[in-house]
Amino acid sequence: MRQGKYPFVIGFLIAPLALYGMFVLRPIAAAVQVSMTNWSGLSPNFDFVGLENFSKLLDDDKVWLAAKHHVFLLVTLPVITIALALFFAFLLNMGGGTRGGMMTGVWGSKFYRVVFFLPQVLAVVIVGVIFGRVYAPDGSGVLNRFLGLFGIDAVPFMAEYGLWSILGVLVWQAVGFYVVLFAAGMSSIPAEIYEAAVMDGASRVTIFFRVTIPLLMETVKVAWVYLGILAMDAFALVMVLSIDEGGPDGATTVLPVQIYKSGIRESDYGYASALGVALAVFTIIFAVLSLRGGKRNAVEH
Amino acid sequence: MANKSEKRSSAGVLNKLSHVALAVWAILIIYPLIFTFLAAFKNNTEIFIGNPFALPSHWDFGSFGRAWTEAKVGTYFLNSLIVVSISTFGTMLLGAMAAYVLARYEFIGNRFIYFLFIAGLAFPVYLALTPLYIVVQELGLLGTHTGLILVYIAYSLPFTVFFLAAFFKTLPNAVAEAAMIDGASHTKLFFRVMMPMAKPGLISITIFNIIGQWNQYVLPVSLLPGGAEGQEKWLLTQGIANISTAAGYQADWPALFAALSIAIIPMIIVYTIFQRQIQSGLTAGAVK
Repeated sequence: MRQGKYPFVIGFLIAPLALYGMFVLRPIAAAVQVSMTNWSGLSPNFDFVGLENFSKLLDDDKVWLAAKHHVFLLVTLPVITIALALFFAFLLNMGGGTRGGMMTGVWGSKFYRVVFFLPQVLAVVIVGVIFGRVYAPDGSGVLNRFLGLFGIDAVPFMAEYGLWSILGVLVWQAVGFYVVLFAAGMSSIPAEIYEAAVMDGASRVTIFFRVTIPLLMETVKVAWVYLGILAMDAFALVMVLSIDEGGPDGATTVLPVQIYKSGIRESDYGYASALGVALAVFTIIFAVLSLRGGKRNAVEH
Repeated sequence: MANKSEKRSSAGVLNKLSHVALAVWAILIIYPLIFTFLAAFKNNTEIFIGNPFALPSHWDFGSFGRAWTEAKVGTYFLNSLIVVSISTFGTMLLGAMAAYVLARYEFIGNRFIYFLFIAGLAFPVYLALTPLYIVVQELGLLGTHTGLILVYIAYSLPFTVFFLAAFFKTLPNAVAEAAMIDGASHTKLFFRVMMPMAKPGLISITIFNIIGQWNQYVLPVSLLPGGAEGQEKWLLTQGIANISTAAGYQADWPALFAALSIAIIPMIIVYTIFQRQIQSGLTAGAVK
């Protein structure tokens, strides 16, 4: 070796680690510290209050409401998104039936793939503003005008079905990403496996449930983790789209919104940081449990 | 024979149902965007009382001009362009360096540093937003593009390192060994041999970072405060959110929708050009 390994390794790691430590790790550590104080953010004085903020958190109705909404999103968002994405990916890759023993995609599958993925490249804020008009509670709303064609009275989406409406936007934006993810996974399944299934006279439905899904389990697990982390967020959408930023009366609130409100609005940084720590702990527990379930060995060459 | 033709006709029905399902979802995706684009040409009455499926009564491009100059969307657009170009370049350089040594060199603390980076994936940005604000303020970088660029790079590192480390691991050892025998230094090996070999992965993750940073909202809102002078530094998402929250029924809604169109259209163009790379990147990163 002409050049020492360690000087090289240190040289390459120092700048990324410095930036990461300064702007990511240090603020996170500070948040943990602040969560045990009664710092109001604006005044320079604060006292150490131990776990007081955390016990206050357990008595906060809005926090329980937000936690309930995360559980709702944690179940519905991955299930609906993954089901739709698997279905569409299968149609795109194999919906065309068999030709000479090979599974083929439907006509126009390339176009659909491009369109489905599109929402993924748009900012959540922008999507939120657009859906404000889609969900408008009268005939000027896109969705209500459409339902009106079938004689359905205008639905006050955000007032009565706020969380479902927000779930709808999350699914709308996420599905395409997973269609592409699953479609890529499906095309990496060896053609011989499908040929054998087709030779045995398996229908497309049978192939979907008996061949494709079992072979895609690892990818589905990855998708589950990504979507779970998304379900812990939903901040921008709730802020832009819901009535009264998490309302009406807390009906659409999520923990990040509570953090923002108690931290920025009420300058209760100690309590806001405690909420942040609680959310982070939940997120990490979820991620670790999911990743342990989907652990794979690294590819060695 | 009867059985066979039955099977074929049921396959035909399935085929038609497939097309219906796919077409319905495609319309669900495209229509809200077409609606946005059309609303830029409508007036307030048409947007708030009219039929959302109707075409505009006049094709008035004035809203785009008002959005670009009066609502300052032109300035915001340019700011976003400057910040995202520099921060994406920085993210890729630093992210690739860290990922490379973590993926291909054994040293004490390798796993620890790797998991330190990966842990960042679990933390939503706004959790430590207040302390971050204070750190940036202490460095005198609050309200500057420099501060925002450094923060963007720091927050983009976890996914970039995670993705590229996996990619560098898949590169064959033989080429690296041959280069080392030829007398290449570690640094030369990285820039001359490994980086070119990792090009497909680098392109995909570059595009992901561009899209992610272009669409970022929480960070600019926190680190680029308002005020007459501060507003000149605002980014596009921040500016649009501000127009939309400030907009009551009396406000210039066509200009808001023009601003939304201005923000969306470049993303659609970039995406249409690079969608193949995005797909191959996903295959490398998540399926493998």
